[in-house]
Amino acid sequence: MITIKDLSKTFETKAGQVEALKNINLTIEDGDIYGIIGMSGAGKSTLVRTINMLERPTSGQVVINDTDIGSLSDKELRSYRRKVTMIFQGFNLLMQRNCLKNVCFPLELAGVPKDEARQKALKLLELVELKDKAKAYPAQLSGGQQQRVAIARALATDPDILLCDEATSALDPKTTNSILDLIRDINKKLGITVIVITHQMSVVENICNKVAILENGSIVEEGTVEEVFANPKSDAGRRLVYPDFNEETIGENVLDSNTHILRVVFNESDTATEPIIAKLAKETGIEANIIYASTKSINNKAHGSMLLTFKTADELNEAIKFLSPVSGITIQEVTKNV
Amino acid sequence: MFNFISPEDWEFAVKVIQKEFLGAIWDTLYITILSTLFAILIGLPLGIILVTGDKKGIRPVPSFILVIVNGIINILRSVPFLILMILVIPVTRAIVGTSIGTKATVVPLVFAAFPFAARLVESSLREVNPNIIEMAQSMGASPLQIVLKVLIPESVPSLISNATIAFTTVLGYSAMSGILGGGGLGKIAINYGYYRYQTLIMIFAVILLIIVVQVFQTIGTKLAIKSDKRIKN
Repeated sequence: MITIKDLSKTFETKAGQVEALKNINLTIEDGDIYGIIGMSGAGKSTLVRTINMLERPTSGQVVINDTDIGSLSDKELRSYRRKVTMIFQGFNLLMQRNCLKNVCFPLELAGVPKDEARQKALKLLELVELKDKAKAYPAQLSGGQQQRVAIARALATDPDILLCDEATSALDPKTTNSILDLIRDINKKLGITVIVITHQMSVVENICNKVAILENGSIVEEGTVEEVFANPKSDAGRRLVYPDFNEETIGENVLDSNTHILRVVFNESDTATEPIIAKLAKETGIEANIIYASTKSINNKAHGSMLLTFKTADELNEAIKFLSPVSGITIQEVTKNV
Repeated sequence: MFNFISPEDWEFAVKVIQKEFLGAIWDTLYITILSTLFAILIGLPLGIILVTGDKKGIRPVPSFILVIVNGIINILRSVPFLILMILVIPVTRAIVGTSIGTKATVVPLVFAAFPFAARLVESSLREVNPNIIEMAQSMGASPLQIVLKVLIPESVPSLISNATIAFTTVLGYSAMSGILGGGGLGKIAINYGYYRYQTLIMIFAVILLIIVVQVFQTIGTKLAIKSDKRIKN
């Protein structure tokens, strides 16, 4: 279990102090695939680097299984880092070493005998389906293949935790999915806790079970991915869940102060077969206006979300009464800012 | 062009070339290679300190050490080689036992070349992608492991091309050291060409120097390219 307690990080720059992280509190359970999402500059990369102390927090603690990581000596920290490994946006392979030797690198650092390291590296390359590229140099590989080698390297020292810093941001959507599948497999098969840093909601929806939203150095929202998706509480959360929903795309007059908005989230794929909005119109005579709708796949389950507007508060209340008993959906009245 | 060169000059030149040039080429290569090696031997650790000891480096050192190292390098690089040769005479005597001759030239050459080598090493090592250094740290690498397994191996192509630059520069200096009795092609060019007006011999010595530079530069460039695994083939 990783516990981040009251963690803050302030950078001293020429322009003055910059608070990159403000009073972060997080708990990440063993076996989680925990997403930390935010826009660039939100502090995600700094936050993930405090977990292996590449960035020392200005105040606060990172505690992993009762060990305060900040209090470790340099030597202890180095052996701890073998259990908390990292993959990067730019892959960061050693360009002058072939793939096999890249995977051997952390084992060399740990002083593992050469033959043993080689055997292990070959096994890991097999795991990431690149055994035939063992003798190839990184420059001869595609981005996706390079990231696979980097993943094999990160697994070489049998880590408990894998940190992914924008690991798929430099890859095309198809390759992204194959890398995410690989990370999910690793999490399941090897039981490694994974922390995923990303600015893409799709990555979180695809593999994470929990998510924290980081904005301007603070966590503004956290919970299971389903919860946050169904009911984003913060502005930042809403922007991530409904990236294309704003007054510009909807039209200003639709969202005037007399509008009553109801959000309907379909949690189970079964409900997709029920024409509930048509039923609402037929059985109660209320004509709901659908102003936004989208479907997403979260952990391989389809989730739909819809925003309905009503002309009067009475209509809204009646619609809530009608929709509440329907199973598999969550409804919530929302304010003008969604 | 050679109208003003008399048949006697030709004869004399051929004689000198036959008698002295093989030895001169050997002396030049001996001085240059030995001096470059010593310069790299001293310059490499200094270059490493300059990069790793930096405030943002992997193993910061007290800033006065960097000030001293930088100071020595800048001072030695500011002094013209001709003056440096004379200034280090006492050191040369202490090390070699004499201040003239082929062996004695190596000392001032090393003094002139190691600060240059240190700067070249520094620039090679600074080219290494900082993200790769961060990767190594995230895998639990110690500062020494980063130097030996990341910084140096990753910059081998650049180090080879910079070693070639150092070699050709030392070669140029070694020719100058002919003035102080250092052997080699430079000495022949000065002794025969300048002091005895044997233009032909001077031209021949210069052509040989050009060939040596060409050969070593070509080998260096080839090696640098061949060692670079970033190049797809």
